[in-house]
Amino acid sequence: MYDVHYHRPSSLEDALNLLAGADEPKILAGGQTLLPTMKQHLAAPSDLVDVRKIPGMVGVKVEGGKLVIGAATTHAEVAGNPDVLKHVPSLACLAAGIGDPAVRHMGTIGGSIANNDPAADYPAAILALNATVVTNRREIPADQYFEGMFATSLEDGEIITAVTISPPKRGAYAKFPNPASRYAMAGVYVAETSSGVRVAVTGAGESGVFRHEDLEAALSSNFAPEAADGVEISADGLLSDIHGDAAYRAQLVKVMAKRAVAAAA
Amino acid sequence: MSDGIGARVKRKEDKRFITGKGKYTDDIRMENQAYAAFVRSPHAHARVKGIDASEAEAMEGVIAVLNGAQLTGDGIGNIICGWAITSKDGSPMNMGPWSALATDRVRYVGDAVAVVIAESDRLARIAAEKVAVDYEELPAVAHADKALKPGVPQVHDNAPGNLIYDWGIGEEAATDAAIAGAAHVTEMHVTNNRLSPNPMEPRSAVAIFDASEDHYTLYTTSQNPHVARLVLSAFYNVAPEHKLRVIAPDVGGGFGSKIYIYPEEITCLWAAMKTGRSVKWTSDRSEAFMTDAHGRDHITTAKMGFDANGRITGFKVDTIANFGAYMSLFSSAVPTYLYATLLSGQYDIANIYANVRAVYTNTVPVDAYRGAGRPEACYLIERMMETAAREMGMDPAELRRRNFIDAFPHQTPVIMAYDVGDFGGNLDKAMAAADVVGFAARKAEAAKRGKFRGLGYSCYIEACGIAPSAAVGSLGAGVGLWESAEVRVNPVGTIEILTGSHSHGQGHETTFAQIVADRFGIPIDNVSIVHGDTDKVQMGMGTYGSRSGAVGMSAIVKAMDKVEAKVKKIAAHVLEASEDDIIIEGGEVKIAGTDKKMAWHEVGLAAYTAHNLPAGMEPGLKEGAFYDPVNFTFPAGCYIAEVEVDPETGVTKIVQFTAADDFGTIINPNIVEGQVHGGVAQGIGQAMLEQVVYDEAGQLVTGSYMDYAMPRADDVPFYTIEHNTTVCPNNPLGIKGCGEAGAIGAPPAVINAITDAIGTNDLQMPATPSRVWGAIQASRAPMAAE
Repeated sequence: MYDVHYHRPSSLEDALNLLAGADEPKILAGGQTLLPTMKQHLAAPSDLVDVRKIPGMVGVKVEGGKLVIGAATTHAEVAGNPDVLKHVPSLACLAAGIGDPAVRHMGTIGGSIANNDPAADYPAAILALNATVVTNRREIPADQYFEGMFATSLEDGEIITAVTISPPKRGAYAKFPNPASRYAMAGVYVAETSSGVRVAVTGAGESGVFRHEDLEAALSSNFAPEAADGVEISADGLLSDIHGDAAYRAQLVKVMAKRAVAAAA
Repeated sequence: MSDGIGARVKRKEDKRFITGKGKYTDDIRMENQAYAAFVRSPHAHARVKGIDASEAEAMEGVIAVLNGAQLTGDGIGNIICGWAITSKDGSPMNMGPWSALATDRVRYVGDAVAVVIAESDRLARIAAEKVAVDYEELPAVAHADKALKPGVPQVHDNAPGNLIYDWGIGEEAATDAAIAGAAHVTEMHVTNNRLSPNPMEPRSAVAIFDASEDHYTLYTTSQNPHVARLVLSAFYNVAPEHKLRVIAPDVGGGFGSKIYIYPEEITCLWAAMKTGRSVKWTSDRSEAFMTDAHGRDHITTAKMGFDANGRITGFKVDTIANFGAYMSLFSSAVPTYLYATLLSGQYDIANIYANVRAVYTNTVPVDAYRGAGRPEACYLIERMMETAAREMGMDPAELRRRNFIDAFPHQTPVIMAYDVGDFGGNLDKAMAAADVVGFAARKAEAAKRGKFRGLGYSCYIEACGIAPSAAVGSLGAGVGLWESAEVRVNPVGTIEILTGSHSHGQGHETTFAQIVADRFGIPIDNVSIVHGDTDKVQMGMGTYGSRSGAVGMSAIVKAMDKVEAKVKKIAAHVLEASEDDIIIEGGEVKIAGTDKKMAWHEVGLAAYTAHNLPAGMEPGLKEGAFYDPVNFTFPAGCYIAEVEVDPETGVTKIVQFTAADDFGTIINPNIVEGQVHGGVAQGIGQAMLEQVVYDEAGQLVTGSYMDYAMPRADDVPFYTIEHNTTVCPNNPLGIKGCGEAGAIGAPPAVINAITDAIGTNDLQMPATPSRVWGAIQASRAPMAAE
């Protein structure tokens, strides 16, 4: 690792000042992608601004019938949190399946969605659950947040503070792990929300997480595995790599969708 | 004797390993230690036009930046391959030059061009990035199936067409005739996937130069420190042997990858002399993927002929073996004498011919990896047998049974002479343990759950006990493959065993002590094993090829014979009896049938006080021996895999894995079963998960665990392990060897089970979910002409 200045601000304001004053700062929110990248000399930020100790950034609460998850809440905390287990059990289940125990005790929900790895699990949840990404400046609806692989609508100096989720009627996430990395090769989150059935796919798309409209339409009329089975999944725009081509990923999207619906139904 | 041969003794070395007290090379800290970092080629093939190290050299804390011109200028020799193979036309193999630091050309991604020596590891790595190398990129060839094509890039000027050798074994015309006259011919094209060895401990070296004595010491992750010293002295001109001490302390796994002497260790020794500093280098995992010798990487087309009764008439094999960019130490022997000589398998085959072409590519060198040649042979034969049985509508177990060799000794047409075995018995035992009879019902039950269930066999044989020195010498080996031992009985009766074998996970400190305890009736805690240090231990050949039991222990037995003879002479003298009446039992040396005896330690004391020894006897009790095997040993067995495939995703779960092995005498069943577990896990890894991928330009795609799939605990099943022992007649303990069997036998069992489940023979390793799903789709597709 190259030299780097580490900061642990105790307020959002301090964090913003640090970010503004540094040459090439990075927000550190668990570091489960950033730190390995830095160790390999593939990233060289001048300053790390660790947001995990800012008051209000950690923890889960229920406000106005919505789940509010602090951005620096670890995957392990989400997986075991009673409110998450009660209101959005499928989200707890997803969090329990991210990485391994070491990753789950360091990685955070805000870090994951800020990074927006195309094979990460959380983006599928945010998009399918129609969650809202809350920052120091604004509230961003899920549909306006993800902008392609490792790209989001976050601006410079914008820090995610929380994610809010209206509990869906039902939902589930099914993931097909890459045999090597165990990231999602195809992860499908289905949710019956107040705004209808939403289906989000991670791991499979060339441009990161996306909603699958044909699956949504089919499941809206019949929320059953057979309905997903009848949908033609196009391989266009899906990833091909040494672990599987686009046709295989299309198959996985269908199978994971069926399995998620079966689990949610 | 509770600690003797056959006892499930807990491993003596585990206390230090599991409490974190093992001492590995990277744990060595010298007072004047500096750190090496290598400047490596990012290109698969390029000309090196210049190196500008000025920016790195100017950095505070950088001690030196050294390059290949300086290294060769100081007389450091090229890295050699130690086994000469002669082509069919009588020409010698084409060995291209390999300098520890490249001088004019780099030939694979990771090829080292310079080394930075600095005050810290971190600084050395950062400085290495500042060394500007002017490369002129050249076109590259990365894959075995491309290397021999006309017009492809040439890796070495002295290997036209990238051909290293074109070698053959057996009778081609007779084999062709036997296949031409066959009632059925099975033809297959199989690849044996390229693997990365992945020992838990990466390679490491600490090189020390004492200018006042002109003496070097190298701590390194070696499976064979004496061989390391030999080649460093004789070929790389680092120092004469008496001025070079090589120490391999605790070593965390090798699987073959730590047999070889790599550029880094040579460079560290030379750099220690150049800088006057102790120089440490420890590979990180990325470097390990890039620079540790890979394994396997064969492409083979084969034909097997059968008569109307299912008896094999002939077997013809054509293999291309990818050697990577340079010939590593034992690379040339792997696809020839460790592969083609095993192509008879467990079967009585009169006619065999194999043609092997070894090729250069712009990839990291390939050499022996757990099994080395024998997995490739076993995989080919056992897939051929299973496929042939399906094509002929025969039961695959019955086809094998009809062809088993059942009389010993048996001379195969490909050099090997099998000494003993019970192939039918192995199969029976495995079939009973696997409940093959109940398979049809289990398959039907799985079908109700929408799963495809399959069962596959593998009847493997391998050659261990490597090796009779004169025999391998006549085949081109540059060394003899005997082993040495010294047994030192101390005046208090405790025993030190100095062995030329080297333990890097095998548990020698336990099993070697067991054979001593068994022989002399003393507790194993009174026996210690000394290995891995050329200053302490007499010349030895090290550990690989499952040889430490069959060869290393045999040397200890030979030395113990000499100790026993002297002990009996001393006791007979002291007890005033005839030597012939002296027996050693339960830690005592007695006159048989009487109560007259000496305690074991009293004999030791008598030998060293020398107050009352037989006339003319030298004092002391220490004997050495060199053991040269008379034949290879032939571990064999039957593995049965049972799998369930999810047709929706191609995911394969191994639901049952049964191993029935014949390893000869077993010293410690715990350790042997552990070897089977580990070997089978690596075999399952090869069959279903692992694959080194280089793209067409020679870039390493699988450079980390993000893309290289190592087996995890939940990828492997619980194993059922049976033993069916026939004692090896050719060494004193009757040992055959067990270290590689799992990696050799498992891959075809798994693939045969998957292909049985999905109903197609067209499947290559690794059988990843995507490949299995693709094979199911392809076999379901209508045979359209479009």
